[in-house]
Amino acid sequence: MSTDVEVKTLLIDEKEVSARAGQTILEVARENGIRIPTLCHLDGLSDVGACRMCLVEIKGSPKLLPACVATVQEGMEVSTATERLRTHRRMILELLFAERNHICSVCVANGHCELQSLAQEQGVTHVRLPYRNPELGVDASNERFTLDHNRCILCTRCVRVCAEIEGAHVWDVMGRGINSMVISDLHEEWGASSCTRCGKCVQVCPTGALFDKTKVGSDHPKYPDFLPYLNLMREAR
Amino acid sequence: MNSEELEQIAETVRLENAKFDHQINVCMGTGCLSQHSDKLKDALSHAVAGQGKKCLVRRTGCMGLCAAGPLVLVDPEETLYQHVKAENAEAIAQSLGGEPVEALQCSLREHFDQQVHIVLENSGHIDPERIDDYIARDGYKALVKALTEMTPNEVIQQITESGLRGRGGGGYPTGLKWSTVAKAVGDMKYVICNGDEGDPGAFMDRSVLESDPQRVLEGMAIAANAVGASKGYVYVRAEYPLAVSRLTLCLRDARRRGLLGNGICGTQFDFDVEIRLGAGAFVCGEETALIASIEGKRGTPKPRPPYPASSGLWGRPTLINNVETFANIAPILRKGGKWFASIGSERSKGTKVFALTGKIKNTGLVEVPMGIKLREIIEVIGGGVPGGHKFKAVQTGGPSGGCIPEELLDIGVSYDALLKIGSIMGSGGMIVMDDTSCMVGVALYFMEFCMTESCGKCIPCRAGTAQMYTLLTRISNGTGTMDDLELLELLCTTVKEASLCGLGQTAPNPVLSTLKYFRHEYMEHIVHKRCPAGACVMKAAEEALA
Repeated sequence: MSTDVEVKTLLIDEKEVSARAGQTILEVARENGIRIPTLCHLDGLSDVGACRMCLVEIKGSPKLLPACVATVQEGMEVSTATERLRTHRRMILELLFAERNHICSVCVANGHCELQSLAQEQGVTHVRLPYRNPELGVDASNERFTLDHNRCILCTRCVRVCAEIEGAHVWDVMGRGINSMVISDLHEEWGASSCTRCGKCVQVCPTGALFDKTKVGSDHPKYPDFLPYLNLMREAR
Repeated sequence: MNSEELEQIAETVRLENAKFDHQINVCMGTGCLSQHSDKLKDALSHAVAGQGKKCLVRRTGCMGLCAAGPLVLVDPEETLYQHVKAENAEAIAQSLGGEPVEALQCSLREHFDQQVHIVLENSGHIDPERIDDYIARDGYKALVKALTEMTPNEVIQQITESGLRGRGGGGYPTGLKWSTVAKAVGDMKYVICNGDEGDPGAFMDRSVLESDPQRVLEGMAIAANAVGASKGYVYVRAEYPLAVSRLTLCLRDARRRGLLGNGICGTQFDFDVEIRLGAGAFVCGEETALIASIEGKRGTPKPRPPYPASSGLWGRPTLINNVETFANIAPILRKGGKWFASIGSERSKGTKVFALTGKIKNTGLVEVPMGIKLREIIEVIGGGVPGGHKFKAVQTGGPSGGCIPEELLDIGVSYDALLKIGSIMGSGGMIVMDDTSCMVGVALYFMEFCMTESCGKCIPCRAGTAQMYTLLTRISNGTGTMDDLELLELLCTTVKEASLCGLGQTAPNPVLSTLKYFRHEYMEHIVHKRCPAGACVMKAAEEALA
């Protein structure tokens, strides 16, 4: 690492913090024990700024910025939990719950689901929006894992882990807008695809959309923490 | 190529044209072609030859007044004929040198008199497929001047001084953008022309590319030299086949003339341009999505910063401007930034091309100075609402814009004024609506557009537009409640503030502006279950009839 690292100081939620130039607001907030909710972000994967849960307010800017990709600036004043942000976060979570068929009581991820935990944390007590109830399929063709589109929130963590870490790029997104779908290869069945069956996508999936077939019932904790460790080991080589 | 050679080409074209007593210009833009103006041109050539007249029959680009097509302009008399059919060819040929054919004459002086043509100065006067025609009308003079007489900094200075702002809709100062890219460090830089015009009812860029493609190329080459780029891309929708084929020809001719390629005009400047076709996604008009599309990836936007000016195509500094912006460059350099800045309003300089559509008499393309009153565009240039109906609203800026009611028609057209009243300048679509249009229906239409064109990457836009569409459908068919309206307004705020790119951030605008100016129409639908314009079908009525 070069020795001439530039240091920035800024305010996050009125707390004075210091950071290296180029660090994201999210990184710095976490280092300082300030929690910013995230959904599509995962340590060890590239950031896409898609879920908009980590939006923060910057004093003097009318635009909200995603903390996962916005880098720190000298003298910045960041607010991470204003009423405006909380309202948007709750609305985004409601949008997700109403978009597909998320029924916690019959989900393998019940109790280990990031969507569920976030909703509890953000105080989503009910969904005001009309449920869309789309008719979506389940791909159980892989001998080890299952993909249930009903529970997918299109965070694209699986797409990124497969392309960036496993190097197989089996997953991608098909279609546009509300009709977007995660697909394997060129929309083949997962079992017939070029999947290496490594299972990384299952571990990084925040909901019960990707799950291990051996974990039926509702006890499917996931362990995505191996990613930063894996990246560190690879860099060391 | 140098200025003497350009002059030589221009002289040859002039001598060539002087051999003829008359010139008949036949519009062969997409609009008139759909009315078989190609057959008309053949018939005219045939008739002129048969009658032994010394007359040139020329294919040209759009003449603007699409509603009256096919259009034929006879020079030097400047007689404009409208709705010309192939069977009229003999009569027109007969009339040359005598009295014009009265039955076909178009007498819409007021339509043309109020316009100022800068971008469209050659449209309808040159053959878009002949580079020499363009050169004869001062084409490429600006490029030669920029390369041989000016430094890149001086070029950027002129553009800054002109006050030109991005014509794609955002209105970002062009000079500032150029200087940012010029200052960015990179082993390679790119210039991209955004021709992914996708707003419903907008066809300005298509028309410019079809009528005067060389002007866009010249603008790109000047930009490339100014910012230090050596490679350009024109990103055009595949739905514009005529524009693509004319651009392809135009690239070939420019290379042959040494106006593209290595060592242009005997300088060190190398520049070449490739065409990239869009596959029909509206979101690819957003610059980061467009760049992803050129790279061969799925066309989805990325969070900015980093802006393309520092990290764009393949991570290199990239200048990306709209077709109309590039079309303004050559005249600015020829006549100077001060000249351009003298046209228009205080903070919006120059002219703007608008595509007038909807419930208006003179459907077509108009170019007006900034600051002109909306009322003037609609009532004088556009000829007003036809069929004895009453004007209700004008929609500008497509799905990102808003509906402007009658009482605000006296504002001058500028980026800031339109933004202030809840609409935007946008790329130049202008859809006029009369008392038969339902404003809830309009909001529903644009919301459906945004929903289907959302890329699906960020949640507020992907799921938010779909939810707003559902709520608007309910209100429109008489099943909506006051709760639905409240929810709709809440969604508008979240989608506007939390979406990743411009598509989502502006998707609620049609709803917000109709709610602001036509709230009573929403209330009629919700409370009295009726559509004041008689346009929406109420669900209860539908069920009763079934």
